[in-house]
Amino acid sequence: MTASDLVDLSADSSPGGRAADGRGSTDSRRPVRTALPGRPGRRARARLRALREQPGRLAYLTLVAVLFFSGFPLYYSFVVASRDNSALATVPPPVLPGANLVENVERVFATVPFGTALVNSVIVSGTVTASVVFFSTLAGFAFAKLEFKGAKVLLVSVVATMMVPVQLGVIPLFMLMVELEWTDTLWAVIAPGLVNAFGVFFMTQYLRGALPGSLIESARMDGASTFRIFWQIVMPAARPAAVVLGVLTFLTAWNDYFWPLIVLSSPENQTVQVALSTLSGGYVTDQSLVLTGTMLATLPLLAVFALLGKYMISGIMQGAVKG
Amino acid sequence: MTIAAKGTGTRGGPTGLLRYRLDLKASPYLYIAPFFVLFAVFGLFPLAFTAWVSTHEWSLLSDEHAFIGLGNYETLLSDPYFWNALGNTMSILVLATVPQLFAALLLAHLLTMRLRAQTFWRMGMLLPNVASVVAVAVIFSQLFGRDFGLINWVLESLGAGRIDWQAGSATSHVAIAVMVAWKWTGYNALIYLAAMQAVPREVYEAAHLDGASRMQQLFHVTVPMIRPTIVFTVIVSTIYGLQIFAEPQLFGGGGQNGVTGGASRQFQTLTLYLYEHGFNRGFEFGYASAVAWTMFAVIVLVALLNYLFIRRIRSAS
Repeated sequence: MTASDLVDLSADSSPGGRAADGRGSTDSRRPVRTALPGRPGRRARARLRALREQPGRLAYLTLVAVLFFSGFPLYYSFVVASRDNSALATVPPPVLPGANLVENVERVFATVPFGTALVNSVIVSGTVTASVVFFSTLAGFAFAKLEFKGAKVLLVSVVATMMVPVQLGVIPLFMLMVELEWTDTLWAVIAPGLVNAFGVFFMTQYLRGALPGSLIESARMDGASTFRIFWQIVMPAARPAAVVLGVLTFLTAWNDYFWPLIVLSSPENQTVQVALSTLSGGYVTDQSLVLTGTMLATLPLLAVFALLGKYMISGIMQGAVKG
Repeated sequence: MTIAAKGTGTRGGPTGLLRYRLDLKASPYLYIAPFFVLFAVFGLFPLAFTAWVSTHEWSLLSDEHAFIGLGNYETLLSDPYFWNALGNTMSILVLATVPQLFAALLLAHLLTMRLRAQTFWRMGMLLPNVASVVAVAVIFSQLFGRDFGLINWVLESLGAGRIDWQAGSATSHVAIAVMVAWKWTGYNALIYLAAMQAVPREVYEAAHLDGASRMQQLFHVTVPMIRPTIVFTVIVSTIYGLQIFAEPQLFGGGGQNGVTGGASRQFQTLTLYLYEHGFNRGFEFGYASAVAWTMFAVIVLVALLNYLFIRRIRSAS
């Protein structure tokens, strides 16, 4: 598949793209803002409703089963985290929470510098998220609303890079970090995450629809510089998409493991995921200890998910790509 | 442009006009530059440089980097452990991706119905995706435990025997595939759902009038209509699946047993093999780069094959 195919595929003609609201709109200039999935217009909704099938009992039963399988492993990690290690060896295995949670949490903090790891992860994910959102909005604005030579080719190359498995460049990347003397520092983890192609593409798509060209024209006539237009008009207009992109980026950064494992070595510089793997890497695996750590590392994400999960869903449905 | 230029011209005079022109010409490039520069430095350059390193006897510990041409590749292709890792990776990839995408299609189909509490079900499906690969691997390693794992207990009470999931080649691949599928099925279902919602209703009206059942509609109307999205998810899942690392590593316990993917390398994947040579013993950068570049070739090849295969289905139906 060529990159231009992909631009095509993920832009107007894409079923996963903006037309996803059921209106079937393929006009690229149509405001995306009103076309967030799950919010079809009233008339379209009525039409949809008339045709969509009423779900039967079997449908709900299946959904409940899916929900059970989705939630159970996470629930079970809580069960193990609240139990004494020896309780896990009983037959049948425990399926209800026990009373050792606090003790296990204390043991996690005593075994690895988990607090530091949490702080490190917040620093890394926070910086990466802010940077990705800012630079993606900036580039997205240029691609969506400004005219310049080579814009089309450059945008195609952005989309093409979404598919490039950059993870395979770890060896020279590591050598580069050695050169920069950044190994075993958070910089080594932050730097490669500062921009990503998906963000640029996502923002371009969004701003194309959300930003009326006339608004920019009139700002120009008032003598506003391009940067001022960006700062005062584009940034506020991009806010809904920025939330979506921000949540997705934060999750990806928080969960990143392969590269941090390679480049961060000392315990006080580890991120949460690396600290977790240290916990589970002992000779005698202490399951309740490991799963308490897992639970602690997952809880912040579950909180974010509970608050902003709706936005994540709309982001993914607008044609998100695995991070 | 002329009107706008006049607008600024009246304010700033000739210098203002010049500045305006410059702003108009240079700004776009300035705005996209951060992305391209940072991506080139930390993404593209390392990947390209991998090819160069792979033709050298290159280790972190020595300053000499002797050019050895395709020597690393020759060693690689004659290493049975490499072929083992390739086979394991492919096996896990197929086991994880095929059932996953199929289930995602059915779930998406279910989600197109008029459900109560729509957002609730969608969020429930996405829940596993929130957990990190490390968390998923750790939790499932516990569930798949030989002696005290919940899954073995269930199997035993159903009358089937206990399985030593880690020991066997097939069983360990299944366990790892379950981890991958658990995390990504709901995510892919949402992508399919978005695609399905964009299929014009008229198509279904026609199918309905022709007496097609819901299932027939799914496979004869919906699937052909959302083919671009299916191609997309297949390719993305393939790229992800070929680089699986955390799941097998932590399933093996994180230590040396994890890096080799079990005692007899029964679940060592390509990325684990790369990690073993690049960072686990002796920093053999030249050799590890050859592994990376070979993986790159495999990824491109498999993605291409997938694409052609799915295109064939289209022309056949």
